[in-house]
Amino acid sequence: MSLPKFTYLAPASLEEACNLLGKYQGKIRIKAGGTDLMVRLAQRALKPEYIVGIRQIPELATISFNPEEGLRLGAMALLYDVACNPIIQEHYPMLARAAKSTATVQIRNMGTVMGNICNASPSADNSPTLVAMNATIVAVSPAGERKIPIDEFFLGPGRSALEPMEIAKEILVPAPLPRSGVSYQKISPRSKVDIAAVNVGAMVVVDEQGTCQQARICLGAVGPVPLRASTAEEFLQGKVITDEVAEQAGALAGTDASPISDVRASKEYRRLMVIILTKRALLEARHGTSI
Amino acid sequence: MKQMISLQVNGDTYELAVNPWRTLNEVLREDIKLTGTKLGCGTGDCGACTVLIDGKSVSSCLTLAVEVQGMTITTIEGMAPNAEELHPIQESFIEKGAIQCGYCTPGMIMSTAFLLKNNPQPTEAEIRAGLSGNLCRCTGYNKIVDAIGDAAEKLNKDA
Repeated sequence: MSLPKFTYLAPASLEEACNLLGKYQGKIRIKAGGTDLMVRLAQRALKPEYIVGIRQIPELATISFNPEEGLRLGAMALLYDVACNPIIQEHYPMLARAAKSTATVQIRNMGTVMGNICNASPSADNSPTLVAMNATIVAVSPAGERKIPIDEFFLGPGRSALEPMEIAKEILVPAPLPRSGVSYQKISPRSKVDIAAVNVGAMVVVDEQGTCQQARICLGAVGPVPLRASTAEEFLQGKVITDEVAEQAGALAGTDASPISDVRASKEYRRLMVIILTKRALLEARHGTSI
Repeated sequence: MKQMISLQVNGDTYELAVNPWRTLNEVLREDIKLTGTKLGCGTGDCGACTVLIDGKSVSSCLTLAVEVQGMTITTIEGMAPNAEELHPIQESFIEKGAIQCGYCTPGMIMSTAFLLKNNPQPTEAEIRAGLSGNLCRCTGYNKIVDAIGDAAEKLNKDA
């Protein structure tokens, strides 16, 4: 499948890349890993005149962690890098799990976590955990830097809060709080490779008695954007997350979802899976609190 | 407009003038005439076009040739140590009958090379997960899994 014609630009710095976005506004697309972009070009779903490659910009490859600030994940951090990074595996094992469950080996060797987020697919593997962990997307433009809370990042299928002249530079994930636990759950018609039919990310923070102080639950592929299960989250406040409470919260999450039927699953099946995966996610997250 | 690029493929340097919209798959097959790397789906689903770039298995159909200048590219033609011998992974694929029609084989072998480099003693489940990005339309998967187990043993013995 041959690609439509375009001019390829490979700026050496982020500043230069931003300027190119400004100069060719409306006619240019950013290429990180390219695993989604190349397919859309081949299908002629996109016909940009210019493509700006960002993989050679050194600062975008960063993965760094410190216990106060948390994790900084550069825009070019590959899914493979995130899945295999020992620091991420230790402090953010669910980010590693989500990255590892994205697509295939080859796609993980090319594609980035940031690309998965910026494409704003409601079923993206890496969104639910990042929403659950309250990540922030840092965007840069000629006007400067802007921090976008991930709760405000997704606007609709394929639509993010990024402005035409902005480049998403890095993802900030807060340091794990004491007595917190996270989980990522996914179900798809094929066990590997496939796009999620439903996925769920959950983070819970408990006190020393195991009472839930904070719960963030994100449901993927059951709405136009990754959805917060707010009814379930409110229900969990002040409760010890027993098996029964997790089940009740799952049922409430089912009412928070607004699934549709498509090629991957019916809406009825999706709602049922939201209930089950939310329960599983809460129980695993509770276990992760070590209380 | 064509760009002059320099590609390092299987230890050789190729100076080429290519249009920026041409994929690495097209340039390998059509310009460099290394047709061992196949094109299957063209959308990164089937794995037939898998090559190694700086040691990582990637889909050459989703890679632009202009992006991989200065990187080390290995294709199926670069696996064998010389004109007489095959790479142990290739030998195992032949010995275990894992080659059927052969169309998926180069991609399978490149994915195997990546898998075994990072995990020299994979379990069967790890082999299947490691090859989950490669489709075989002859459905000869069991023999491929056998071949990879066999290749792992050979490589561990050689090491």
